[in-house]
Amino acid sequence: MRNRIENLSRRRFLQQGLAAGAGLTLGVQLSGVSRRLDAAPSKPDAAAPLEPNAFVRIGTDDSVTVIVKHLEMGQGTYTGLPTLVAEELDARWDQVRVEGAPADAARYNNLFWGPTQGTGGSTSIANSWEQMRKAGATARQMLVEAAAKRWQVDAGEIQVRDGQLSHAKGQRASFGELAEAAAGLVVPEDVFLKDPAEFRLIGNARLRRKDAAEKIDGSARYTQDVSLPGLLTAVVAHPPRFGARLKSLDPEPAVAIRGVEKILRIPTGVAVLAADFWTAKRGRDRLSIEWDESDAFTLGSEEILQQYRELAATPGAVATARGDAEAALASADKVIESEFALPFLAHASMEPLNCVILPEGDGVRVINGEQSQTRTQAGVASVLGLKPEQVRIDMLYAGSSFGRRGNPQADFTSEAAEIFKAAGRKTPIKLQWTREDDTRAGWYRPLFLHRVRAGLDAAGKPVAWHQRIVGQSIAAAAGMTSRLVVDGVDRLSVEGASDLAYGIPNLYVDLHSPTLPVPIQWWRSVGHTHTAFAVESVIDELATAAGRDPVDFRMALLEGHPRHQGVLKLAAEKAGWGGALPEGRGRGVAVHESFNSYVAQVAEVTVRGRSFSVDRVVIAVDCGMAINPDVVKAQMEGGMGYGLAAALVSRLTLKEGRVEQSNFHDYKVLRMDQMPRVEVYILPSAEAPTGVGEPATPVIAPAVANALAAATGQRLRRLPLRLA
Amino acid sequence: MVKITVNGREHQLDLDPDTPLLWVIREHVGLTGTKYGCGISECGVCTLFLNGAPVRSCSTPLSAAANGTVLTIEGLDTPEGRAIQAAWADLDVVQCGFCQSGQIMSATALLTQNPSPTDAEIDAAMSGNICRCATYARIRSAIKQAAAALA
Ligand code: FES
Ligand code: FES
Repeated sequence: MRNRIENLSRRRFLQQGLAAGAGLTLGVQLSGVSRRLDAAPSKPDAAAPLEPNAFVRIGTDDSVTVIVKHLEMGQGTYTGLPTLVAEELDARWDQVRVEGAPADAARYNNLFWGPTQGTGGSTSIANSWEQMRKAGATARQMLVEAAAKRWQVDAGEIQVRDGQLSHAKGQRASFGELAEAAAGLVVPEDVFLKDPAEFRLIGNARLRRKDAAEKIDGSARYTQDVSLPGLLTAVVAHPPRFGARLKSLDPEPAVAIRGVEKILRIPTGVAVLAADFWTAKRGRDRLSIEWDESDAFTLGSEEILQQYRELAATPGAVATARGDAEAALASADKVIESEFALPFLAHASMEPLNCVILPEGDGVRVINGEQSQTRTQAGVASVLGLKPEQVRIDMLYAGSSFGRRGNPQADFTSEAAEIFKAAGRKTPIKLQWTREDDTRAGWYRPLFLHRVRAGLDAAGKPVAWHQRIVGQSIAAAAGMTSRLVVDGVDRLSVEGASDLAYGIPNLYVDLHSPTLPVPIQWWRSVGHTHTAFAVESVIDELATAAGRDPVDFRMALLEGHPRHQGVLKLAAEKAGWGGALPEGRGRGVAVHESFNSYVAQVAEVTVRGRSFSVDRVVIAVDCGMAINPDVVKAQMEGGMGYGLAAALVSRLTLKEGRVEQSNFHDYKVLRMDQMPRVEVYILPSAEAPTGVGEPATPVIAPAVANALAAATGQRLRRLPLRLA
Repeated sequence: MVKITVNGREHQLDLDPDTPLLWVIREHVGLTGTKYGCGISECGVCTLFLNGAPVRSCSTPLSAAANGTVLTIEGLDTPEGRAIQAAWADLDVVQCGFCQSGQIMSATALLTQNPSPTDAEIDAAMSGNICRCATYARIRSAIKQAAAALA
């Protein structure tokens, strides 16, 4: 059975004329660095080569090229999105190639974000789920019609399988053989999508990643790897404190270095340019700079925390109020009060930030692992006095990002544009930050403080919950208050707390959003990074106080939330929850929903004196239909590992306004010997797919903290976790 | 002039002998599979073989490689290296991929020295290689799979 789905009229797939050698192309022809397509939609004219919604191209060489609108930063978009196209097209996986889309929000916008092109919020699969399948189904229908015409048979009698069309009378043809004929047909407006029972590629765990081969042999290209004739690499001296400015510069010691080509003042500091990185860096390191720090930020993390504590003693903006939490706390049998503190965190992406920009035609071309095309176009255009569409972007792989490359103010891509401008707009520039620059330049996960008071009645039932949250507003920093701040509450600060799933009758969550000049932004799983830690720790403590098993206690409170219950039950079962553990070991659980996906984790720890290790983590996930179950597993493993770094070792601290850490020797991250054994179980589901890039990240810190509490009796409420 | 042989090809380089081998390979020899991640021997993404032994090329001056032989990910063709790459492909170890050249070089070095490492030996040998995508569990499995394939 096939489901009839109508194509959205604005997203019609339109036919285009053929470039030499190409076959059926839905939408546009894209190839090479130097070609730019006019973004303006044109009339549905068969001869017009430029049309919106170009996601699939079938060549006479039998190749199926899928144009992916989302950045591949490790999360698997270059595998997942092509799977959706190939499924409906009935293509062979090995004939599918992947191409990154150019910057053009008219065609490649994130459907969840309106007219904005970008990747984030674990939306890539979820927003593309129907769009990509329609792209594939449309191409399939045209191939079928072409075959029906050629063979003089009814289209309904034609089979398509593994890149081949066939008819019972014996005719066969490949996609490539039919591509040109199909390209001459009218593009159908309505297409049929498969019934999930017919899926052969979706849900197939043995489909290998499309980006694996080139990442294994070293040929994958990242921004760091770009080289161009005449390219100069720029290394920048940034101020030592947020808000400091350049006072005086003596370039002489840098000029003296052979190969240093230019020394440029830019709004964010001083850039040193050379034909190669090492020369530019040596030049940067030799600059003699005096900074004006009179307006600079000079607080330390501990002082910020102290101010937050004082704020937490006063009422904040109300995020949720149901029942009467104050009265219920006053009459509760037992009240548990706790304070949670979480530090600033750097994203510490594996590839230090960088961006290439070069002149082209009436504008520029940016070459980048680009997470936020629309913001980069706006940022670069405003620096250079261009229109956003004069900023073309070539998409490369990103050496991870965790949100950082999607900076709300396009900070580093704008910095590249400033250097390009100061250098005279003719020279291709590669901005390359060192690891130290990357660690110290800001745009962190904000420091957060939570105060929670929770009450149990005499029967051990939770009756009241008051959670007060203090931390900088990411929405405000991103200029997104109109969308994300309601009645003074930044949704990104309270997500995961204000929508508490546990059935507690009296709930009150309020928020303070102090402003600080420390630049902040989204960090893998955003608000959930801190809310899940506080919520899942307190729930666990309540279970202990009530003398109840932590899993049973949660299950009872999650009545009416079957998907939470489903993953919790599955993780507990697979982990052998309740089974005996030797002395010194402990087991802890946490369950949390984020980005419409549900994740439960059971962590096992071994405690030795004041140190401990995390030995095993069992993860259960409900993300709707798993498009590629192995990629889902990889995201669960890796997302958990990313959160585990923050639980165990990562913290970025300020002292007198200076960032104390600079590189991996003091900004610690997870290493191999800290990685537990991981098992991932995916709950079977027929629901539409939801995100997997982020939801595993926030769950591990509370799971480990709860395991430590079980093993030692100590409740740890600061990250990273340290036993007393 | 400093002479080095990279993946079997000889290069004469007129560079400051203090230049880290990493940048020589990436920007002057033109092989970009070896990455820059920290510059201070903390992350391992710059790992390559110098005269048969794995080194952090970000902290190895060109002078230390004079008249030496360099093997990078692009030239990796030892039986251990091929087995590692095959296991990496079979288990889809990579995510963003940025650390993976270094991981593969370190894993190859490990198997070359120790054909059947235990979990603890794998952890010890690989803990100098950071993966921010935390592909560690798969790296561990892939090293074991490669070891089994070579046995
Ligand atoms: S770049 Fe050499 S160890 Fe990090
Ligand atoms: S695969 Fe991304 S850092 Fe290792």
